[in-house]
Amino acid sequence: MSEVTTAPGVAKIATGVPGLDSITKGGFPEGRAVVVAGTTGSAKTVLAVQFLRGGIVASQPGVFVTCEESPASIRANVRGFGWDVPAWEAAGSWSFVDATRAQDGTTIQAGSYDLAALLSRIGSAVRSLGASRVVIDSLDGLFAQFGHDQHFRNEFRDVIGRLADLGVTTLLTTERQSDYGPLSRRGVEEFVTDNLILLRNVLTAEKRRRTIEVVKFRGTGHGSGEFGFSINGSGISVIPHLDITDERRLTDERTTLGNADLDAMCDGGLFRDSIVLVSGAAGTGKTLLMTAFVAAGALLGERCLVFAFEERREQLFRNARGWGVDFEAMERDGLLRVVSVYPEVATLEDHLVGIAAHVDAFRPTRVAVDSLSALERVGTVDGFRKFIVSLSAFVKHRVLTTMLTSTTPTFLGGTSPTESHLSTVTDMIILLRHSDIGGTFQRGLVVLKMRGSRHDKDVRQFTVDSLGMHVGPPFDQPLGLDAPVDRSARSEDQDHASDIP
Amino acid sequence: MLASSVTEYLFELYVAGDGVRSRTAIDSLTRMCDERLAGRYDITVIDVLVHPEHAEQAKILATPTLLRRRPAPDIRIIGDLALTRSVLDKLGVPQEGAPFAKEAPRDE
Repeated sequence: MSEVTTAPGVAKIATGVPGLDSITKGGFPEGRAVVVAGTTGSAKTVLAVQFLRGGIVASQPGVFVTCEESPASIRANVRGFGWDVPAWEAAGSWSFVDATRAQDGTTIQAGSYDLAALLSRIGSAVRSLGASRVVIDSLDGLFAQFGHDQHFRNEFRDVIGRLADLGVTTLLTTERQSDYGPLSRRGVEEFVTDNLILLRNVLTAEKRRRTIEVVKFRGTGHGSGEFGFSINGSGISVIPHLDITDERRLTDERTTLGNADLDAMCDGGLFRDSIVLVSGAAGTGKTLLMTAFVAAGALLGERCLVFAFEERREQLFRNARGWGVDFEAMERDGLLRVVSVYPEVATLEDHLVGIAAHVDAFRPTRVAVDSLSALERVGTVDGFRKFIVSLSAFVKHRVLTTMLTSTTPTFLGGTSPTESHLSTVTDMIILLRHSDIGGTFQRGLVVLKMRGSRHDKDVRQFTVDSLGMHVGPPFDQPLGLDAPVDRSARSEDQDHASDIP
Repeated sequence: MLASSVTEYLFELYVAGDGVRSRTAIDSLTRMCDERLAGRYDITVIDVLVHPEHAEQAKILATPTLLRRRPAPDIRIIGDLALTRSVLDKLGVPQEGAPFAKEAPRDE
């Protein structure tokens, strides 16, 4: 990643919005105005409030100039994020300037005016709190009161300039008609000569995806492109693309997959910082491998975090018990946490932020996600690809030994769209397949790939009993791994052929 | 604000400092009041630079802003008060030629 290219003299202030400081390379340019533009419902006001909150927790008071919603409605709307605006007001760290339309009907214009009263009110609030941040939400609320003629624009630009003189960093919101298109219907371009952020709330194929894009930060570096973000119980979290071009192995230390036969197949176990993908149709043994992976971790005293997107936790616990693994005891010992989430309740960005939050709270050594395929239907193809990339970058950064499972759509194999994204980011791929050999179904597995290590390349039979999985000898004939192919006729031919001599 | 409780016309004029714009607005308002509302009005001039809290209370954003407090309801005029016929009409100030006539129904 390139060095931060902040020009001399442009200091930045941390926004306090998780992930945003990363994509803005340090936050907002201090003492400047940043315009945040987005469609209705794109979370402009949430971002604005969170920006002031970011200051308040760092003992920097803020002034919120509201031009559309009443202060009472803002106080109520952000309470759900745990933001207690009345408490901040009482503590002298937050002050409203109510620039909403007065109740007494339309204002008539007769002659020329300036916005000295607005500026004086903001200035007074800034001085009395010692504020360093100001939000103006939104420009359109002012347009609605004053019209958007050149006179108003000139006066408003003067306000923005005077705020810079006060030394405060200003966040100004404005509404766009569409997520992709002109910046705004009324042309705020003249106010956004320096710093512009776009928020989008795009609905593609009935799936919603929120993104944030730093279009320009005059004189300072910033990440380019759209970054997904999530709105959860504590506000906005931006998902930075972590640097995944760095493929340096962080450790050569190996650890067990939870199955001695498999460990042997991959030359002594998997690397600690690797991501292993277990792919197979329903019933091939993915959940069993995952359970063994977790149980082996717990045996080593490692904390394991399991995200169950396909089965309820009761079902997972019952499955584990069937294989002689006591998840309850592991949970009691603080070595296991199972998070069962229904995929459709949230966007992929929300899931990613949720996964990160659980990792930060539980600080596991091993992570298992069962299964990624269940998440695939939540997002668009592109959204899912970004999710996979971000997830793998995240677990790499934390040096977590990670097992992902993927369910193939047909019983005899085949590939799912999930896997085309997964193959590049995973370090190791284990395929599990049902195969129809000589008229009977058998289970086979192969270690398809293992980055940086020798591995067994045979397709081997395996069996499952109450003690777990047992890997047997290689199949002595080709096995359909990629597509359902009827092998029975061919194997019969071979059988006959072997009879001939 | 003496005797304001009985004054028929009560105006608050919000200005910023004593620049040209402020003086133009004050002059325009007082001349109009003297001509048409002699003895029936009261004007309070508020400098928002000195009293931002009054501007906050009255939700004033622009200067000059004329706020007619009485008769009810409140009426706001912004600008340095070019008091045209339609503005006077809006303020409910008697027009020339019909000093005490009721406000004519306005055609929209």
